Amino acid sequence: MRSITITWCLCGCLWAAQCGALGQMLINGAGATFPYPLYAKWFDEYAKVDPSVRFNYASIGSGGGQKQILEQTVDFGASDSPMSDANLAKAPGRILHIPTVAGAVAVTYNLPGSPRLKLDGTTLAGIYLGKITQWNDRRLLALNPGVSLPGSDIVVVHRSDGSGTSHIFTDYLSSASKEWETRVGRNTSVKWPAGLGAKGNEGVSGWVKQLPGAIGYVELAYVQENRLPSAQIKNAAGAFIAPSLESVTEAMAAATIPDDFRFSMANPPGERAYPISGATWLLVYERQKDPLKGRKLVEFLDWASTKGEAMAPALDYAPLPDILRARILERIKTIRY
Amino acid sequence: MTTQSPLRATPGALSRQGAGDQVFKWLMLTMALSVIALIFIIGCELAHGSGPALRKFGWRFLTGTDWDPVHERFGALPFIFGTVVSSVIALGIAVPLSIATAVCLTELAPQWLRQALSLFIELLAAVPSVILGLWGIFVMVPWLRQSMFPWLRGALGFLPLFQGPIYGVSLLAGGIIIAIMIVPIITSVSREVLRSVPGLQREAAYALGATRWEVTRIAVLSYARKGLFGAVILGLGRALGETMAVTMVIGNRPEIAASLFAPGYTLASVVANEFTETPPGVNLEALFEIGLVLLGITLLVNALARLLLATFSGPALSTS
Repeated sequence: MRSITITWCLCGCLWAAQCGALGQMLINGAGATFPYPLYAKWFDEYAKVDPSVRFNYASIGSGGGQKQILEQTVDFGASDSPMSDANLAKAPGRILHIPTVAGAVAVTYNLPGSPRLKLDGTTLAGIYLGKITQWNDRRLLALNPGVSLPGSDIVVVHRSDGSGTSHIFTDYLSSASKEWETRVGRNTSVKWPAGLGAKGNEGVSGWVKQLPGAIGYVELAYVQENRLPSAQIKNAAGAFIAPSLESVTEAMAAATIPDDFRFSMANPPGERAYPISGATWLLVYERQKDPLKGRKLVEFLDWASTKGEAMAPALDYAPLPDILRARILERIKTIRY
Repeated sequence: MTTQSPLRATPGALSRQGAGDQVFKWLMLTMALSVIALIFIIGCELAHGSGPALRKFGWRFLTGTDWDPVHERFGALPFIFGTVVSSVIALGIAVPLSIATAVCLTELAPQWLRQALSLFIELLAAVPSVILGLWGIFVMVPWLRQSMFPWLRGALGFLPLFQGPIYGVSLLAGGIIIAIMIVPIITSVSREVLRSVPGLQREAAYALGATRWEVTRIAVLSYARKGLFGAVILGLGRALGETMAVTMVIGNRPEIAASLFAPGYTLASVVANEFTETPPGVNLEALFEIGLVLLGITLLVNALARLLLATFSGPALSTS
C-alpha cells in the first residue's frame, strides 16, 4: 500500500516538474490533420530553439480547430479552409489567418497501361457530375490525342469524410464549371452527384488502385507513395501542368491574395501554376490575452514563417512564395500582447 | 417487478443488517441508476447540440432524402435506410451461423473441439474494427466483386435486390462485415444460454424416445428461446452502431436503392466521416441530430424487440 502511495507521489512530482518546475510554458493548439506531420516537426525543432515553451497540438480536424479557437479553449487553431464570415463574427476578438504551407490535389486513375492523361476543368466537372460516363467520350479523346482510351465505364471515387482535400477539389471544380458551382458548390463535404465515397486519402487511392476504370483525387504525396499516375491539368493560361511542389508554389505566387489572407488558389492565372491546390492556415487572435504566452506565440510564428518553411518540401508540402511570406511576417508583427 | 426484491429488505431482515449492508445497497443502487442517467445525459447533450437544426428542419429531417452541406439541406432517410438494411442483412447472416455454432459447441462437438472453437470465436471478437475494415477493403471486397456478386447476379438476378452495376463496395458488403463482427457476441451469449439449460430437460426428452435433433429442438432451443432472443438483441445493438469497418466498405453514398449491390450509407458512418471537419454551424447541428436519430432508433428497436418477445413467449415458456 505504502509503495503505491510513494509511486503516485513520485509520478505527481515528475508531472509537476515537467509542467511547472522547469518554467516551461505550454501552448495549446488544435485543428487540421493535413499539415499535422509538418507541424509536429516544427514543434519538435522549435523545442531546440526555445526550450522554455512546449507545444501541444491535437490534430482533430479543421472543424474542431475552428470551434476550439472560437471557444478560446486553445491558444491557436488550424484549418484547411478559411473561416466563414458568420463564424468570424461569432468570435470574441479579431481572428487572424496565417497561411503556413500549401498542398496539391492530384487527379489519379486506373487505366490499362497508365497513360499520361491531360484533363481540363470542364471535363473533370463533367466526370464528377456524372455526365461523362465513358473513358472514350469524345471530350476526353479530344484532350488526349494519340492516347488509346478504353470504352469502359468511368468509376468516380470521392472522399466520404469531410476533408480539406475535398474543399480544394470542389473549389477548383466550382471555379471551372458554372454548373458545378450552382448544383454542388464548394465545401469540405458536398452532395456528390455521382460516384463512391472512400474514407481518407488512403481509401481513395486504395479504390482507384483496385477498380479498373476508376478516377479519384488525392493529396500529392499519396500518388507518389502508391506509384499511381496523375493527370496533367489545364491551367488558366492554357498550359497542361503536372502536380508538383514547385507548380503549387507558383500557383500561390499567382493567386490574388486579399489582406485577410482568406484566399482560394483555385485556377490562378500563372503560366506554370498547377490549378488544383490550396493553402492551410493557423488561426490566432490579434489581441492575445496572456502577454507572455502571446509573445512566445508570435516568436514561434515568426520562426515558422522563416526557418520552418525550409522544412516543408522534405515532407511534401509546398512552401510559401517569398512575396507572400513578407506580407505574412508584416501581419505577425501586428499581433498585440 | 421481481427484480427489485433483493433491494427491498423484509422487516425481519432489517434488524440483522449492519451498516455495511446499507452502504452496499446504496452503492449498488447508485451504480445501477448511473447507467440510466448516462443514457439520459447523452440524449440531452445530443438534443442540446442539435437544438437549432431540430427546430429548423422538424420532422422533415426524418423524411428528407437530401444531404447537402453546401446548400444546408439535410434529410436523414438514406442514412436510416442504410443503417436498418445493413443491420438486417447482418442479422440474417449472423443469427443462423451463431446459433448453429452455439448448438454445436454445447450439444454436439467433442470436448477438445469445443475449447478450440470457443477460443477462435473469442479471438474474432478481439479483432479491432479498423483491422476488419482494412481486410474488407483489400480482401473481401475484391472477392465479392470478382466472384460472389457476379455469381449472385447470375443466380438471383431476376430479383431487383441483385441487379445493377457491381462495384464491390455496397450495402451487402457492409452487411457482411457487420455480420462478421456480431457473430462472436451472439455466439458467446447463446452458448452460455444453452449451457444453462438444465440437464434434466434433455434427459426427459431422451427418455421419451426423442432423437438428438428432437432433443435439441424441443428440450434445448425452445427452453432457451428467451435467452437466445436476448443474444440476438445484443448483436443487433452492436450492428446498428457499428461504424469504422462499415464506413470502409459500404460506399458512403446517401441514396435509397433497391439493389443490395448499390452503395449505401449509415447514420454512424456519416457522423464519423464528417464530424471532424465540419465547422461550427448548422452543418454540425445536423450531425448532432443524426446522433440523436441513431440513439432513438436503437432505443426503438430494443423496445420493439422486447415487445415482440413478450408477445410470442407465452406463460408456457417463462417456466424459469
